[in-house]
Amino acid sequence: MAVTKLFGAAIKRREDPRLITGRGNFTDHIRLPGTLVMAIKRSPHAHARIVRIDTSKARAMRGVVAVYTGQDLVDKLAPVPCAWLIPDSDLKLTPYRAVAVDKVRYVGDAVAVVVAEDRYVAQDAVEAIDVEYEVLPAVVDQEKAMEPGAPQLYDEIPNNLAFHWKLHVGDFDAVWNEAEVRLSRRLINHRLIPTAMEPRGALAAYNPGSGELTIWCTSQNPHVHRLLLSAVTGLPETRIRVIATDVGGGFGSKIPMYAGEMIAAAISRDLGRPIKWIETRQENYVATIHGRDHIQYVDIAARRDGTITGVRVRAYANMGAYLSTAAPGVPTWLFGLMLQGAYAIPVIHCDVYGVLTNTTPTDAYRGAGRPEATYLLERMIDILARELGMDPAEIRRKNFIPKDRFPYTTPTGLQYDSGDYEATLNRALELVDYANLRRQQAELRQQGRYIGIGFSTYVEVCGLAPSQAAGAMGFQGGLWESATVRVHPTGKVTVFTGSNPHGQGEETTFAQLVADELGVPFEDVEIIHGDTEMVPFGMGTYGSRSTAVGGAALVAACRKVKEKAQRIAAHLLEVSPEDLAFENGRFFVKGAPDRGMTFQEVALQAYLAWKLPRDIEPGLEATHFWDPVNNTFPFGCHICVVEVDPETGKVDFLKYVAVDDVGNVINPMIVDGQVHGGIAQGLAQAVYEYAAYDANGQLLSASLMDYAIPKASMLPSFTVDRTVTPTPVNPMGVKGAGETGTIASTPAVVNAVIDALAPFGIEHIDMPLTPERIWRAVRERSS
Amino acid sequence: MYPSTFTYYRAGSVQEALKLLVENPDAKLLAGGHSLIPAMKLRLASPSALIDISRVPELAGIRDAGDRIVIGATTRYDDIQRSELVRQVLPILPEAIDVIGDLQVRNMGTIGGSLAHADPAADLPAVVLALGAELKAVGPDGERTIPADQFFVDLFTTALQPNEILTEISFPKPPARTGMSYQKFANPASGYAVVGAAAVVTLGEDGKVAAVRVGVTGAGPYAVRRQNVEQALVGQEPTAAAIEAASQLASEGMTFNSDIFASDEYRAHLTRVFVKRALTRAVERARG
Ligand SMILES: Cc1cc2nc3c(=O)[nH]c(=O)nc-3n(C[C@H](O)[C@H](O)[C@H](O)COP(=O)(O)OP(=O)(O)OC[C@H]3O[C@@H](n4cnc5c(N)ncnc54)[C@H](O)[C@@H]3O)c2cc1C
Repeated sequence: MAVTKLFGAAIKRREDPRLITGRGNFTDHIRLPGTLVMAIKRSPHAHARIVRIDTSKARAMRGVVAVYTGQDLVDKLAPVPCAWLIPDSDLKLTPYRAVAVDKVRYVGDAVAVVVAEDRYVAQDAVEAIDVEYEVLPAVVDQEKAMEPGAPQLYDEIPNNLAFHWKLHVGDFDAVWNEAEVRLSRRLINHRLIPTAMEPRGALAAYNPGSGELTIWCTSQNPHVHRLLLSAVTGLPETRIRVIATDVGGGFGSKIPMYAGEMIAAAISRDLGRPIKWIETRQENYVATIHGRDHIQYVDIAARRDGTITGVRVRAYANMGAYLSTAAPGVPTWLFGLMLQGAYAIPVIHCDVYGVLTNTTPTDAYRGAGRPEATYLLERMIDILARELGMDPAEIRRKNFIPKDRFPYTTPTGLQYDSGDYEATLNRALELVDYANLRRQQAELRQQGRYIGIGFSTYVEVCGLAPSQAAGAMGFQGGLWESATVRVHPTGKVTVFTGSNPHGQGEETTFAQLVADELGVPFEDVEIIHGDTEMVPFGMGTYGSRSTAVGGAALVAACRKVKEKAQRIAAHLLEVSPEDLAFENGRFFVKGAPDRGMTFQEVALQAYLAWKLPRDIEPGLEATHFWDPVNNTFPFGCHICVVEVDPETGKVDFLKYVAVDDVGNVINPMIVDGQVHGGIAQGLAQAVYEYAAYDANGQLLSASLMDYAIPKASMLPSFTVDRTVTPTPVNPMGVKGAGETGTIASTPAVVNAVIDALAPFGIEHIDMPLTPERIWRAVRERSS
Repeated sequence: MYPSTFTYYRAGSVQEALKLLVENPDAKLLAGGHSLIPAMKLRLASPSALIDISRVPELAGIRDAGDRIVIGATTRYDDIQRSELVRQVLPILPEAIDVIGDLQVRNMGTIGGSLAHADPAADLPAVVLALGAELKAVGPDGERTIPADQFFVDLFTTALQPNEILTEISFPKPPARTGMSYQKFANPASGYAVVGAAAVVTLGEDGKVAAVRVGVTGAGPYAVRRQNVEQALVGQEPTAAAIEAASQLASEGMTFNSDIFASDEYRAHLTRVFVKRALTRAVERARG
């Protein structure tokens, strides 16, 4: 009987006392003697030729050590890499210099770099650099960028078209011609700014003596950054150490390889001194990736009974001025493969145009591709329901992939691992008291009050893997994860994981897994991550993969350790391993529970090695590289209830119910936290957040004064519940919970607002549903 | 995020602060620092010197001056909000302060700093207009009193001279049967007012409007009084219809700001709506 079972226990996050009392070890906290500070001069123009750069005034300033232009760094740094080379798409790579050499292509593109004794002087020097530009016409909108005569970002990339990706399954034209109902709409999934609490930064310390570069930086995937830094600096990987232990959030924005970190590394090597560069929030807003920014043309074919027979999508993805590291994969694979959502839609036809514009590059942002697919489907299914006079819950139920069809192979070629979609819908309907709510809605409408109920029944792909699939999709990396479990002579355990949590709480959940597997106290388990010198290799934390893939690697490594411990115990107890049972951290002889050894005793013997047989190596440690057979597919139903004030257009949130199925749950408190945060972010996309550019490519929402991230007072209280459908893909049956909230909530909120506005005949408003947009829509229909 | 170099002075008295201002013509007074320091960090302001007046004893505090309440310029929002006297007599002040920024901002920000800064989206300018406050300033040439109506001149511009210090704000105590309310439509990003409307209504014994003052902030380049609305209501029975009709005038003759969150047209609409809401609530309160 396992009295210490921690799987499923709502343990408080062990990282929190450190983080919330200011004792975290973030990049900017690291102090090295002799450190110089770096600041970047950025282009104020969206598109311009650099005519001349005068750095003389800056160089002459007291405290300024060096000034670099793009030309100065050409030999020291290869271009910023793109690592998702999607095949069969005519992909054209963008030559992307860390510091622009001849041309700038977005507001925020680096044009010069100052190195100084302190940050204030560095900023003064940045302002003293005089750059003469020949300003060129800019293009911001992806559809306009493809038009003939549009400004061209690159001579070698006609029409600014970086790629055209296709996924055509089945005969859509036939389905369309036969359809009883046809709907065509244009939907906008607007641009967002990830806004991690900690901006990006790096402390690069090159040691001219040893030829080693150590770089502390804000990374979701330190080993990948080591590999890429090696590629761009020419230093061998063996001479680079990347450390990113505490990272203050990322949401995908700390996956890419960026100019800033590269420049810091190159300059540290050049000057032989530590170089610190920490982004300001304003820099973060222009020079760290943005997310989403899709224009979608959607055709839905259906029967009168609500059955959807086909989906066709033509999407224009705004890639920004350069192709960021993983960017091409986001609007293609991560979007197109999910276009059937939770529904048994047989025919999918998808064309995606990746378009370059004079804007900040886009890349993976929490959900990455899946929110774009989910929003499209969930919005269209609501429009279809209204067209047919069906209840939005019932039309979803009608189209669900039934639970007896799992594992389910989608037309796009994915294999949905496990699911019971209807169960989440039923539970959510019950929690929100649906029938009553509809009655209340009808009554309130009589009084001139407008409440709306919005659904989102989603499925998403996470635990991004396996490596074979990654290869087929052109992703220049594997999608496995590694873990090393080292048991010390005292029985205490150090775990080295290739996952790199930066807010997800794996220091806690991983320790729970290990404590259960090895029967050791939770406190005895130490989780080490984010240091390439300590962890053998890692792919990192993104795509809700840390627990499903990194956790699985960990469990597999624990099982190797336990298997060896069992052999040692058997030898010492003079029985065969099969004769031993293991409970509560103790091996004992089956049928003779008094004859046994604790795990700690075995660990000590493993290291003393006094009595080990020749075929057992001393020590107790194992490494496992886990490459899963498949992704995992969490799903669920979110229902949002709002009231809209038609006089001002303001939306008030009355209720929010989320019933998610993320498989087995290791720590419900942490999963709730992930779901809460995800809902907040997705809800914010629906009604608050909006990265707005003017026609000249100036970012108008360039600070937190204009870009509305959600504050607690702007959110409803969430009712969170779960169903549990374990996945067969990993030994723990866990799916992943990092992105469900973001993916599910956006359409639930928009659908709720549109439902509230139904009496005005409003069928759609593009996001964000700001008060003014709602007010205008109401006014238009009322007049 | 990194201001340019400046000298810091801490004034011990108003006289010392004035002297420092004369000696450092490029200097700025520092009160709560919650508008000035962000501007300096973004290098939107680069004063050569700061003269900290936040610890000058005679500039802070709330006092009952018979028929008036006088609040020192460097009195913090939080102290105003906690003042029993203010809560009793001028409840619109705590009502408005309650929706300014967050706790840290209210702990640091000062009433004088907010008024002197004259941010077009700040809350208190509308309130001092509606309360008919008087603002006292001292400069090298002595002291003068500026009625709130004449204080706000343009975007971030007041009637204060660069070498003047705002010392106190004096509010008349309202007569019986007065109700007041501040209604704000906050920008979801900044929390500042997209539109904020303050209304102070005094009813006669007959239940009709005896006096009314309305101030609007956020909508245009600077906070303004809406006399046209006031005139339409005085002497009227304050019915919903009368308030609605008067509020329709609120946007007349104004210029409106426009930004990514709210166009000028929408701000004009919000001005009418929020003036109506403030008046409605003030009348409810005046009726008791
Ligand atoms: C996060 C945040 C949110 C905020 N939200 C709101 C909000 O919702 N609503 C709102 O109204 N405000 C808001 N503010 C602004 C806040 O109210 C400021 O504190 C206030 O506007 C300025 O007061 P202060 O004492 O901080 O002035 P300071 O920043 O010290 O000074 C502002 C300006 O006034 C001058 N000045 C100050 N005192 C005097 C004086 N006695 N005589 C002459 N000149 C003087 C200074 O020289 C300076 O130019 C917010 C601020 C922050 C940082």
